Amino acid sequence: MTPADALGIAADIRARRVTAREVTARTLEGIRARDPSLNCFTDVLGDSALHDAESVDAALAGGGEPGSLAGVPFAVKNLFDVAGVTTLAGSRINAGHPKATRDATVVARLRGAGAVLLGTLNMDEYAFGFTTENSHHGPTRNPHDLTRVAGGSSGGSGAAVAAGLVPLALGSDTNGSIRVPAALCGVFGLKPTYGRLSRSGAALFGMSFDHVGPLATSVRDLAAAYDVMQGPDVTDPVCTDRPMEACLPRLEEGTGDLRIAVADGHFASRGEPDVFAAVERVAKALGAERRVTIPENDRARAAATIITAAEGASLHMDDLRSRPLDFDPMTRDRFLAGALVPAALYVRAQRFRAWYRERVREIFREVDVLLAPTTPFPALRIGQDTITVAGAQVPARPMLGLYTQPLSFVGLPVISVPAAGARPLPLGVQLVAAPWNEAALFRVAAVLERAGVVAAHIAG
Amino acid sequence: MSAPPEPSPPASTQAPDVARFVDEVAPLLGLRIPPECREGVTRNLAGLLAAGALLGDFPVGDTETAPVFKP
Repeated sequence: MTPADALGIAADIRARRVTAREVTARTLEGIRARDPSLNCFTDVLGDSALHDAESVDAALAGGGEPGSLAGVPFAVKNLFDVAGVTTLAGSRINAGHPKATRDATVVARLRGAGAVLLGTLNMDEYAFGFTTENSHHGPTRNPHDLTRVAGGSSGGSGAAVAAGLVPLALGSDTNGSIRVPAALCGVFGLKPTYGRLSRSGAALFGMSFDHVGPLATSVRDLAAAYDVMQGPDVTDPVCTDRPMEACLPRLEEGTGDLRIAVADGHFASRGEPDVFAAVERVAKALGAERRVTIPENDRARAAATIITAAEGASLHMDDLRSRPLDFDPMTRDRFLAGALVPAALYVRAQRFRAWYRERVREIFREVDVLLAPTTPFPALRIGQDTITVAGAQVPARPMLGLYTQPLSFVGLPVISVPAAGARPLPLGVQLVAAPWNEAALFRVAAVLERAGVVAAHIAG
Repeated sequence: MSAPPEPSPPASTQAPDVARFVDEVAPLLGLRIPPECREGVTRNLAGLLAAGALLGDFPVGDTETAPVFKP
């Protein structure tokens, strides 16, 4: 728990120690004072936030039930529909679109639980990136070092939470876009199982891999937000019909019955030593000595890259045809290349995905939770194009997805937890489970948090 | 009598002319590649084709990947 803990704020509001309006006004002041140097927000919804907060206060004053997240300030990556706001998805092109007429499902569910939406957050254009170096809206800066990236594509979400501007944010993750900024900014990020949370009202990128999820400063906040957002949604064909499985009540269960192992091979190579040291500290705290090898991760990344490029381009074909130069130079050439991918290559990549899924299923018959680094190195400098990995100079930005991309490729649930001892820049460790077993991840994360092995890094 | 044509090398040993692919296929899809993008598009497409080559000879058995459609 931290001073910015969402459930702590909700408890104070419910106990009438502070009003939701006071919390909202204070949060808006913080955003006004500090966001100009961070560039997390693309829209700040001051009036509607104060109005929503007053509704929470009125409900409490009238003896009503304002919800489990009463008065908790939150913000969302600007690819989520927010009624009355144009959904930018990081682009200039979408700025000409009409305003959304309703909230995305997950936004509506958080607001329905009493959370107060403060604004929308910067991202890589159309979610195609790992750094949030957005040419239209400027780069989002890492709160722990303003010369460095926040990660991406949910960089505004990671930085806003890590700066303490809001205790809770929503992001989306196709190849690592929740986990990478969570790790580089030093906060918790959940990418649930593919299909667990509704994507309805979120601008899609790679439909085969698109997930949405929360970023927060504590395990309990992450669980509380996740629980509120669960549930079927007929407006998202990918969303599961499974009943919701609450995780907040399970944080005290411990890990005694869980088989936990460290992923080796791909996940233990090409990273900086501090990254693997962070994984080992987590493994030691959990008593995890077993090593397991997921095969063919480079091919998994290759296949994920092909599918992402082809699906991403397919969503933007009209604009690629009519106004290619209005795309961000950081994404434009990659989208155009994606439009030229031969269909047979795309199908081959999908076939490999099914093969790889079977191998992963075999592993999860033997273990419950795997540990792996989130990124191979901490935050890059803004504008850094290359990095030396294993003695070779390589493009830096794609390398941020080295360890995240194979896991989202097959839709596994993952929590990126912030390593407590990482200095001077944060690092993350991925907790990975079999599909639909988010509860195991939360139990492990809670044990690690109580042991002080993982903790959010909040830049005051 | 003209000299016989020189045998072509096997297709697999020829470097793919990705720039030519971009130039010829993009217009068929209604895409005008701006001149300042041509090099970047070619480089990125070459990367995607290389990724595809990595998958090309990998045995995935009789894996079925039809999209599921529920009427």
